[in-house]
Amino acid sequence: MSGGHIVARRPFPVAARAELGDAQLRANLRKATHTIRDKRLRVVGEVPDWEALRQAGAAIKDDVLARLPELLEQFEAAATAAGATVHWARDAAEACAVVTGLVRDTGAAEVVKVKSMATQEIGLNEALEAAGIAAVETDLAELIVQLAGDTPSHILVPAIHYNRAQIREIFSRNGLSARTDDPPALAEAARRHLRAKFLSARVGISGANFAVAESGTLVVVESEGNGRMCLTLPETLISVVGIEKILPTFRDLEVFLQLLPRSSTGERMNPYTSLWTGVTPGDGPQTLHIVLVDNGRTETLADSVGRQALRCIRCSACLNVCPVYERVGGHAYGSVYPGPIGAILSPQMSGEGANRTLPYASTLCGACYDACPVRINIPEVLVHLRQTGPHPPAERAAMRALSWAMRDRRRYTAALRAARRGAAPIRLVAGRRGAVRHLPWPLSKWTSTRDAPLPAKQTFREWWAHERA
Amino acid sequence: MSARDEVLRRVRAARPSAPVDVPRDYRTVDGGADLVDLFVDRLIDYKATVRRCDPGGLAGAVGELLSDASAVVAPAGARAWLAAYPGRVLREPLTVTDLDAAGVAVLTGCAVAVARTGTLILDAGPDQGRRALSLVPDRHVCVVHSGQIVGGVPEALARLADPTRPLTLISGPSATSDIELNRVEGVHGPRRLDVVVVD
Repeated sequence: MSGGHIVARRPFPVAARAELGDAQLRANLRKATHTIRDKRLRVVGEVPDWEALRQAGAAIKDDVLARLPELLEQFEAAATAAGATVHWARDAAEACAVVTGLVRDTGAAEVVKVKSMATQEIGLNEALEAAGIAAVETDLAELIVQLAGDTPSHILVPAIHYNRAQIREIFSRNGLSARTDDPPALAEAARRHLRAKFLSARVGISGANFAVAESGTLVVVESEGNGRMCLTLPETLISVVGIEKILPTFRDLEVFLQLLPRSSTGERMNPYTSLWTGVTPGDGPQTLHIVLVDNGRTETLADSVGRQALRCIRCSACLNVCPVYERVGGHAYGSVYPGPIGAILSPQMSGEGANRTLPYASTLCGACYDACPVRINIPEVLVHLRQTGPHPPAERAAMRALSWAMRDRRRYTAALRAARRGAAPIRLVAGRRGAVRHLPWPLSKWTSTRDAPLPAKQTFREWWAHERA
Repeated sequence: MSARDEVLRRVRAARPSAPVDVPRDYRTVDGGADLVDLFVDRLIDYKATVRRCDPGGLAGAVGELLSDASAVVAPAGARAWLAAYPGRVLREPLTVTDLDAAGVAVLTGCAVAVARTGTLILDAGPDQGRRALSLVPDRHVCVVHSGQIVGGVPEALARLADPTRPLTLISGPSATSDIELNRVEGVHGPRRLDVVVVD
């Protein structure tokens, strides 16, 4: 019951292999992720109560999940009382239809967009385009990706896979001239390109980082001011919000406005945060629509281990510290949610197709769990999804046999003895290394990426019995 | 079944049943060091410029700062600070084109400021005006009285008179980290932020 850009079309190993062949991509990712890692560690290190904030952040989100129906109704009532119109959508297609209809009603042929994962997830730009409405991405990285005809590869910085020279080239192909490939010159080119669009836009479309149930307030956290432009200047604002974005009280923001900026861009505070509640006469859009989207979130909520993924505040700290993400990049995950959080979020929101390969896109090193500001135990969920996911019949049979042998000491000892005897001729070939590098098919599937170790010549129990004899 | 009822039904069926206690062991009061110095240090780190003056020197400091502006937008509550500014003062109603004209600067106050993060919080009060005023002009001059500076984010949010007013948190000039994850200043919001700290 979900859809949009969260279903991988190719299995992760296939997609990853292709991405790994791109040395430029790996160099760009390495540079960017290492820059942000160091920054994050510095600014997190200067907060003495960081762990207490993480504990509070995780608990607030868990509390939200436990009280979600009541909080959603409370949010709807408060936002409506403040002048907003609240809409609901079961899945991506329904959300796109609602937004498209709302834009059509305004008569606008162009909308300006704040960077939003929810609208990326539901594939809103494509839906608007199909309805003859141009959607202009105004976040610098989203703009780069849109101009390149590409898809995002990172939650926070969708164009992380491009370096400055490539960005300048994308700009010049699209008629945006930058004097040099210095980042300030590129930022200046984006400013010139979007200025007129901001000042004349009639409809803005945003997501929201947080939605406060008690007051109906929405919050957008950003850097460039493109968000403020879209949230302030148009007559009509449409905000697309996942149902898990709710926070119970305004006070809860005191936790998340500390956790999010330091975890995402490694800043003490991001340049701009906007909070708005319904409509305010004489200030900002006079028509506000809020679209609350499920799209697979309730399926995720139903899993008692996996539901912690819904705490995610989309900071992307887990991507930046992940050894797998650093090498394969975001496109290999095939979803708008890449990296460790994507590997648990995408398959839970949609169990379709290649998504079931995503829980294996991890070494289980746990760096993501340490970095997560809301303490999502990503390795735990990865293992859980591997256990509950489908396995090939041969693997199931092998595991059943192994479990039968290991349940009984005599059977286990006999099995080890048999294995050792069976391995004796192979040992002659393997020499002193004690491992085999190449086995014939189907075992070659194992040895193509790792050695197959041979059983030890003597087990610990045998050695112990011998020593004590 | 409507989408609303269907989503709420699914949420009711899927949600966990155990209530959750929220521990709040983090700092809610953050005093200690000299907050004004800390605030100034954080602003400079964001590449904002800072002027410090006493209450008597405010008009002079503002006039000097704005001497190269072609015109200044000032909401009613901020106009008194322009006593020593000889140039043109723009008053509402103003169009976005007026605000976007070259050389226009905006002068505002703020509701509260956060030392530890170098953040100004605007709540559309009489010395701040509507949100577009501090957004479209390329230069923002903000007056902060030392009594408005608190230590951390929790104290700042608690101080806001009405959190349902349009709120803008500003930490330095407009910036982006989108190119190679390095922060560069100057994108769509004001590219220059000058803060006058009065104590």
